[in-house]
Amino acid sequence: MPALQPLQFYSEPLPGIDTADLHGKLIVIEGPDAVGRSTQVARLRQWLEQEGHAVLDTGMARSALAGKGIKEAMLGNTLGPIAMTLFYTTDFADRLENEIVPALRAGFVVLIDRYIFSIMARAIARGEDRRWIEQVAGFALVPHAVYYLRAGVDDLVRRVVLGRGAFDFWESGMDMRFGADMCQSFTRYQSRIIRALDLMAKRYNFTVVDASRPPDEIFRDLQKHIGALEFNGSPIEARPAAPARKPRRKRTWKSTS
Amino acid sequence: MALFLPNRYSGRLIVVEGIDGSGKSTQISLLSHWLRSQGYAVAFSEWNSSPLVRQTTRRGKRKEMFTPTSFSLIHATDFANRSESYILPLVKAGAIVCADRYAFTAFARDVARGVNRRWVRNLYRFALRPDVCFYFRVPLDVAVQRILGGRDAIKYYEAGMDLGLSRDVVESFRIFQGRILDEYEAMAEQMGFRIIDATLSIEEQQQQMREMVVEALGQRPRAGVLRIPEGDTSAGATAPAILQ
Repeated sequence: MPALQPLQFYSEPLPGIDTADLHGKLIVIEGPDAVGRSTQVARLRQWLEQEGHAVLDTGMARSALAGKGIKEAMLGNTLGPIAMTLFYTTDFADRLENEIVPALRAGFVVLIDRYIFSIMARAIARGEDRRWIEQVAGFALVPHAVYYLRAGVDDLVRRVVLGRGAFDFWESGMDMRFGADMCQSFTRYQSRIIRALDLMAKRYNFTVVDASRPPDEIFRDLQKHIGALEFNGSPIEARPAAPARKPRRKRTWKSTS
Repeated sequence: MALFLPNRYSGRLIVVEGIDGSGKSTQISLLSHWLRSQGYAVAFSEWNSSPLVRQTTRRGKRKEMFTPTSFSLIHATDFANRSESYILPLVKAGAIVCADRYAFTAFARDVARGVNRRWVRNLYRFALRPDVCFYFRVPLDVAVQRILGGRDAIKYYEAGMDLGLSRDVVESFRIFQGRILDEYEAMAEQMGFRIIDATLSIEEQQQQMREMVVEALGQRPRAGVLRIPEGDTSAGATAPAILQ
C-alpha cells in the first residue's frame, strides 16, 4: 500500500471536491464492537473542545439519508450481507459529503467512530470479496490518523456481559449464525472482525492501541498520540478563502452507534 | 462480458434495459406472462422495489438529498437486497426471473451523473450475469414525447436537475436522458445486448423477444428450468413483483 497523504482519496475522488480546500483534521477511532470506542470518542471530544478545537463527531448509521433506513432494516433479520454492506456505505457517503467534508473545510477536528474499515471488516467476516468492498470504499478520504482499539475476544465478551448485559443479534453476527447461540456466534464473529482489522492495520497504517487496559489508560494514550499531531496554531482562527460552512447535523453524542 | 457472477444454475435471468419511454416495461410484462402461459415458473423483479430500501430512496429523492455517489450507492443497495433475497435463490431453484432494469441502468445513469465508470462496474460485481439482456433502442425525441404525453410531471432526479444542466425541467430531462442513451449505446456490444427497435409495433417487438428467448433458452436448459406440473392449478399464479 503506497503511503498516501492525509485527505487524499484512497482511489476514487468524489466528484466536485477539492481536497486542497480542507484544513481540518480527520481522526478515526476503529475497533470491534464493545471495545469502548464511543466512551473514548466522547472523552476525546470534550478534551479537544477544552483545548479550543471545534469538533464534529460522527459514527455509523447516523446519516440523515440512510440512518433511519438502516435501523429499520436491522429491526428484522432479512438484510443480507451485500445489501447491509452497501446500506452502510451509502450512509458513510452521505456523512462524508454532507457533514465531514464541510467540517474539514471549516477547519474542524472530525472524530469518527468507525470508518470504512469496520464496514469492510463486517463484509469480509461475512465472506464477501475484500477487493470488491475495498474498491467500493475507494471514495473515502485518507484520515490523518486511525487509532485501532485492539482487544481480544474474551475482553469483548466480558464487556458485553458486565456492560450491556445482553448480546445483540447483529453484533453477534447471528444473521450468519456463526454459532449455536449468541455467545458462541459473537465469539467467532468478532474473532473474524479482529482478524480483518489486524490485516488492515498494516495495510492502512493504523496506530494500534492496547484496549485491554482500563479506559483512563487508553484515553491518556490517545491524548498523547493526538497531541503529537500538528494542529495549525489557534484552531478557531478565521479561514481566509472558503466561507465557513457549518456541518448540516447538530453535533450530538450518542452512546452506541 | 466477463463481468458478474456466471449463471451455473438451472434457472434463467432475462433483463430489459433502455431509457424511460422506451417501452421496455410493457414488453417484459408481456414476455413474463407468455413464459408463464408456456408453463414455466416465472418471477419478476423491478428496479427500486426492495421493501427494506425503497423508503429511504423515496425520502432521499423527495428531499433532494442525493449526490451522484449516494444516489448510485442507494440503488446498488436496493439491487443487492433483491439480488440476495430474491433473484439468486429463485434462479438457483430453477425459475425464470424477469427483471425490469438491471445493473446496466446503474452503469448508464450513474456515469451520466459523473460517477467513475470502473467504480460502478465493480460495485455490481456480485450480480448474476443475465442469460439475455434486451436493450430497447428508441430515438431520444420519441422517448421524450412518450414521457411528456403520458405521465405526471417529470421528477427532479429523473430530469437530472441535480446536475444543473438547465433550469427548464423538460430541457434538463432531454439532455440527461441523451447522456444516458449515449452510455447505453457505448456499452451495447461489450455487454452483449440484444437490440430491439422500440419504434416497431408492440406486437412486432414482442415477437422478436419471444424468438430470441426461445433461442437463448435452447433445448438443454429447458429440462432444468422449472415447469409447472400438468394439471396443477395452484401454481402459475402471478408471482409478486416485489419481495414479500
